[in-house]
Amino acid sequence: MAVCIAVIAKENYPLYIRSIPAENKLKFHYMVHTSLDVVEEKISTVGKALVDQRELYLGLLYPTEDYKVYGYVTNSKVKFVIVVDSSNTALRDNEIRSMFRKLHNSYTDVMCNPFYNPGDTIQSKSFDTMVSGMMLQAC
Amino acid sequence: MADEALFHFLHNELIHYAYKSAEQGEVENGRCITRLENMGFRVGQGLIERFTKDTARFKDELDVMKFICKDFWTSVFKKQIDNLRTNHQGIYVLQDNKFRLLTQMSAGKQYLEHAPRYLAFTCGMVRGGLSNLGVKSIVTAEVSVMPACKFQVMIQKM
Repeated sequence: MAVCIAVIAKENYPLYIRSIPAENKLKFHYMVHTSLDVVEEKISTVGKALVDQRELYLGLLYPTEDYKVYGYVTNSKVKFVIVVDSSNTALRDNEIRSMFRKLHNSYTDVMCNPFYNPGDTIQSKSFDTMVSGMMLQAC
Repeated sequence: MADEALFHFLHNELIHYAYKSAEQGEVENGRCITRLENMGFRVGQGLIERFTKDTARFKDELDVMKFICKDFWTSVFKKQIDNLRTNHQGIYVLQDNKFRLLTQMSAGKQYLEHAPRYLAFTCGMVRGGLSNLGVKSIVTAEVSVMPACKFQVMIQKM
């Protein structure tokens, strides 16, 4: 269902990025990079926002002609970005939310792995399998 | 509760191990506290990632400190911090009147000089947790009467 999944560190460098049409890698890198500005904007206005708007899930960041970009930011300011095909109208907000939830759970497991250094790129196999699972579901 | 005892024993062994390797000359003597602190740092980073998984985003620094005092402390030590004070300029003092890792020791002056080594890990844990939430800080601890202790958190403005 997702065509690209990315994890971006607190300092805004990629920890993990994966997309399925492998030939278009650069395009997705660009798309994720662009989305960071929107994420920044959303979290900086949070001071004034109400309690229910301080959710970790940021919702739709921006739509393009072919894709929709969704964002999520953890309390440690690690960003998750999921890009989905906009032709896939069956995808509800709730499903995106649960995808992020899964991603976050898996990321937490990576963080708690004593062999992982915080700030390194993610090379965990189980994280990889989980991401592949989310990407495959739709196709 | 058994998990509490396990943490306790593991923590004791950790300190024992650090000091024993110092005695055998593997590590410089004065480095033990730093070493324990660094271990705590990594643990704190991992823990905070897990604890904040279901909470809303934090509003400000004070919100983060409150989380440390309540949720974080309850999860690790089964009680809350008894008193949190701040000068609103980046210094927070967390007071615990009955600090879990010190309760097993004599309340008199007997082991007072050894207390810092039992606090180093926790200092590191708080610092690690805060740093993962984007708050750079220096954490120090002091004990004047045995099971009570004070953690001073100095926020480093960027």
